Amino acid sequence: MQAPSPARKTIAIFGATSDIAVAVARLYAEAKWSIVLIGRNEAALAGTRADLLVRGAPEVVVQTADFVNLPALGQVADTACDALGGLDVAFLAYGTLPDQAACEADAALAEAALVINFTSPVLLLGELARRFTSQAAAGRIGTLAAISSVAGDRGRMSNHIYGAAKGGLQRYLQGLRHRLHATGIAVIDIRPGFVSTKMTAHVKQGGPLWATPDQVAKDITNAIAVRGGVLYTPWFWRGVMLIIRAVPSFVFHRTKL
Amino acid sequence: MTTRHSNYTSWGRILHAPHHASRPASTETAASSVTAPTEATMLGHGLGRSYGDVALNPGGRLIDCRSLDRFIAFDRATGVLTCEAGVTLADILAVICKPDPDGSGWMLPVTPGSRFVTVAGAIANDVHGKNHHLHGTFGRHVREFDLVRSDGARLVCSPTENAELFHATIGGLGLTGLILRATIQLRRVPGLAVEAEDIRFDTLGDFFRLAGESDATWEYTAAWIDCLAGGKSLGRGIFSRARPAPGIAAAPPPRAPRLSFPIKPPMPLTNTHTVRAFNALYWRKLGIATTHTRSVGPYEKVFYPLDAIGHWNRAYGPAGFYQFQNVVPLAHAEAAMREMLQVITASGQGSMLSVLKMFGDPLSPGLMSFPMPGATLALDFPNRGQPTLGLLSRLEAITVAAGGRLYPAKDGVMTAATFRQGYPEIDRFARSIDPRFASSFARRVDLRAASGI
Repeated sequence: MQAPSPARKTIAIFGATSDIAVAVARLYAEAKWSIVLIGRNEAALAGTRADLLVRGAPEVVVQTADFVNLPALGQVADTACDALGGLDVAFLAYGTLPDQAACEADAALAEAALVINFTSPVLLLGELARRFTSQAAAGRIGTLAAISSVAGDRGRMSNHIYGAAKGGLQRYLQGLRHRLHATGIAVIDIRPGFVSTKMTAHVKQGGPLWATPDQVAKDITNAIAVRGGVLYTPWFWRGVMLIIRAVPSFVFHRTKL
Repeated sequence: MTTRHSNYTSWGRILHAPHHASRPASTETAASSVTAPTEATMLGHGLGRSYGDVALNPGGRLIDCRSLDRFIAFDRATGVLTCEAGVTLADILAVICKPDPDGSGWMLPVTPGSRFVTVAGAIANDVHGKNHHLHGTFGRHVREFDLVRSDGARLVCSPTENAELFHATIGGLGLTGLILRATIQLRRVPGLAVEAEDIRFDTLGDFFRLAGESDATWEYTAAWIDCLAGGKSLGRGIFSRARPAPGIAAAPPPRAPRLSFPIKPPMPLTNTHTVRAFNALYWRKLGIATTHTRSVGPYEKVFYPLDAIGHWNRAYGPAGFYQFQNVVPLAHAEAAMREMLQVITASGQGSMLSVLKMFGDPLSPGLMSFPMPGATLALDFPNRGQPTLGLLSRLEAITVAAGGRLYPAKDGVMTAATFRQGYPEIDRFARSIDPRFASSFARRVDLRAASGI
């Protein structure tokens, strides 16, 4: 990560109790950024807050929010933007990994997965974009970053509800990047591969494709620092997904991926 | 509580065993997993750096505490740190032990030879370091901790509150319950860099002389012994001593090893030839004619030489290796060390890295703490089956005859009788064991909860 400038830098992390979010927050704390943590579990947020203060963050503000409460997202964005007097970075890290078979059997589960992984981040990014645009007009050029997934790169039988939500999010980020280009605001699409976290704890892990939240967090802070557009993390997923996207359907349909 | 069927391995890679493992994300979930109504016994687990079987509970449950990694509070004025059980010493160094502009700073009061251990693991094994002769064990610097027991009690333990559990848990090998968080007192040093010297010595007697003259003024001392040198050269080695360098800053070492041993070789890379070559080279590491070197710099190379390479334990091949560390009281120290070195030399089973050090007087609050005033010898032997076990058994017998004891964190073989003889507070300790906690080690040495608690 680049050295922080002497002026106070601020980041808001939405979904701050996820393992990747905590790992990212720690890197910003050590770089002496002030941080707004937004999530549902107040006790967990308070624990993370204490941890970040010891690790070097000058100020950490905790804000509770339920991201599936869509009408409240404007208020969530306002509160986060005002907590530390404006934001340099907004980072969306929430999401769930739904069970595909269960989603096929129960439309309500599929809908819930689409709301938390697609509708909610899209609407929240929209709210943040408006506020970041007026901040940019006042000279503070920020960065919007959100975690999508390599699963959004191609629909697959084993998780296409999740994949569709993340793929939709990728498209939205792409469009938002286009829209905000003139303002200078960076829009970053973070596409992690397999990461060992609470969200994937029920999946069999191990092997060279699995990364730790710390490895992914370093890539994320670097991408934010250089204001890169699309980040595959770890890096090799860019090549893996290039191949997966290129495999013709008549071959792909024979796999169980 | 979700548990996964997972394989865990001792650092010596001799014991591989399936466990029902859970990895709680918070101290609250950890506490509730301790009280979960299951029949299986349980044990807390950290980074798995214990060489033998103290951190494993085959067939039972393992509560993997690596996600309890939050700092809770640090007072820069007093050096008092509170953190969760799974915070690593590497993390404390990286976050807290950063130099002030004048080079001074807060430092771990005691550190073992690896920084990749958790705070709770350091308490449960009451670890020591090269400064034992001045600062004692890790447990001496623990002010209090939260312990959760299987009956649902969550207790603050300190020298004044739940004192018996405090004393039983320090060095208590994880058997008294699960540590959730701890408060430790860090130590202020005038410089985070160290001034270090290496001195070659020719005989075992020279070691005791060097230790005698160094231990008052050098905070960190230990010696490498050339365990293949016999006859007149028996006990020759290199004495290393270090102390904080006032006014000189040093950045913390990296949080992960610089290199990693990437593969699991199908055969040991440590055989008689490589052990011989390594010891012969190490003896000359100061140069052919040099017998004394001095340097000032970061402490990483002095404290954590093995941490530079991740998974270095894989070099011993699929059969793994045994560690051995004993302590022998002062009165018999030199004779017992001489006898052990003779036995090792005669066996032809060299140890790659043999370390000899004097423990000092500072008393540990732990009932089952390993160190006592005297000499301690640490050895590692590639596992060659019966010949290795035979050698370990001879070394154990010499230790027992000299009134010494073995270190559970490194042991894989000691008998229940040896353990009982070495740890006179064993019966008092047993009364504090949580009846639903167990480990492979506890079963081996017949350490179980005393009835009536």
